[in-house]
Amino acid sequence: MRGPRRLPAEQDPVRPKDSGPVTITVDGESLSGLQGQSIAGVLMGNGRQSWRRSPRTGRPRGVFCGIGVCFDCLLTVNDIPDVRACQRRAGEGDVITTQEASDV
Amino acid sequence: MSEKACQVLIIGGGPAGMSAARAALAGGAQVVLLEAGDALGGQFWRHLPESRKGGEEQVLHHKWRHFNTVQRELRDDPGCEVVLGAHVWAIERPDGGQAPAVHVMVGPPDGADREPRTYLPQSIIFATGGQERTLPFPGWDLPGVYTAGAAQALAKGERVAVGQRVLVAGAGPFLLPVVTSLIRTGATVIGVAEASGWKRLAKGWLSRPWELAATRSKAGELGGYLREMVHHRVPYRAGTTVIAAHGEESVESVTLARLDADWKPVPGTQRRVEVDAVCVSHGFVPRTELALTVGCTVDAHGFVVVDDQQRTSVENVFCAGELTGIGGVDLALAEGEIAGATAAGTQPRASVVKARNVFRAFAERLQTAHGIRPGWQTWPEPGTTLCRCEDVTVGEVREVAAATQARGLRSLKLTTRAGLGPCQGRTCGRNTEEILSSCGLLDPGRTARRPIAIPVRLGELAATTSSQREETP
Repeated sequence: MRGPRRLPAEQDPVRPKDSGPVTITVDGESLSGLQGQSIAGVLMGNGRQSWRRSPRTGRPRGVFCGIGVCFDCLLTVNDIPDVRACQRRAGEGDVITTQEASDV
Repeated sequence: MSEKACQVLIIGGGPAGMSAARAALAGGAQVVLLEAGDALGGQFWRHLPESRKGGEEQVLHHKWRHFNTVQRELRDDPGCEVVLGAHVWAIERPDGGQAPAVHVMVGPPDGADREPRTYLPQSIIFATGGQERTLPFPGWDLPGVYTAGAAQALAKGERVAVGQRVLVAGAGPFLLPVVTSLIRTGATVIGVAEASGWKRLAKGWLSRPWELAATRSKAGELGGYLREMVHHRVPYRAGTTVIAAHGEESVESVTLARLDADWKPVPGTQRRVEVDAVCVSHGFVPRTELALTVGCTVDAHGFVVVDDQQRTSVENVFCAGELTGIGGVDLALAEGEIAGATAAGTQPRASVVKARNVFRAFAERLQTAHGIRPGWQTWPEPGTTLCRCEDVTVGEVREVAAATQARGLRSLKLTTRAGLGPCQGRTCGRNTEEILSSCGLLDPGRTARRPIAIPVRLGELAATTSSQREETP
């Protein structure tokens, strides 16, 4: 297996509390994560590494800085564009559109 | 829009800001602490959200008990208002000694209808911290190449490992806790590549050893990380770095090379290593945009200049933590305490002033041992991305600089578009400045100057002005 992965709770030395699932829709596909995760966390927990393209050369982009500085991870959340996926917590039923799906 | 006067306003809820709040409260001041995230702790104490709170969160942290104590104190003190989700977007300084107006949007990050607020503080303490500086190399913009801080944030705040077979590269002791976090999040770390060679590391860390005795807690912390690396057989290579990342849609391998003292790759030392993620951090830069908007003087390296009481060049404005120099948590805690006490009109404890001085010396060692060397400019190829937002290459910037003989950073930014994208040059700013200055740019500017500190939606700005108009009689 390759790429990002969320550590299953039963293997986790941090012993996180079970917060229950959160389900979001990303470009029409249903993805589940845990309550309290960021949208980037849900995407990466599902193995997704990129969801945007750079403007001129169309190179793939995902999380780079993870702390809200680089704006590489932008996506659209419930029709609001340019939201940093690493900064925004996933809300139950959030509808996400990535730039990869739209004709930009 | 609400306007609120307050005595001490602290911007940034990491170690420095929390420490400042605590000291200002102890000095009898009324305090407002603004934090952009939805929890205190900053990047250093980044942790799981309340709903997933870990039973053993200390396994990823240092001074975790101290964090919990201070957090509880601030929450329970009626003199302290902690505002989470507080995004400061502008600070106005009226002439004539009036209090500055700090404009804030309160709500979710990048939200569309957040609550506008304005604070009118007697004193401001900036504790906005630092961010990583990642130097460009071919393939550094491939998915799977992360800053080391991203790996840390995803491990601590999400329990997500950025990859399964990970290389950590760059410079400085910060690489070590990242290794520990990755291992404890289920990743295999195949090695650490430190750009500085053993000779320089020894010069920085082994000279005047008696001074290090005062920083025992730091040595203990670093020792713990090293033990973990030995236990997991993670090789540590000094004088080595990643000079290229390869892959189509994501990183599949990297090229490592030995570096000379100037960080130029030594010919014939390259080798390819398979990875599915690489975490890179070459150092840290201060997040100075707010301090710059009020006119604080910065030094040649972009750090805010402060006196012994953490006062900046602007009256009643203080800075603490990474803004004044990269020194880590101990220095941030000490500087925060001094700034908080002074802002409240009291004398800081003598012991904390001493601690601050000790850890400043530690910060100097950090710079001696790990500071970025100019040879990095040989890593990128002409086609290597410099500005990730606007897809501007290193070659384009060099060509434009040569062709136009432009001297101003601003005009070069406008011609090349480097630094004009959504991140506003936060990621590429320093790298662009250094490349341009090596092209003979005689008029270096500071890419961190931004009158609007963070992107704000026009709709939110319009709402702010219309509500102001309503308030006008």
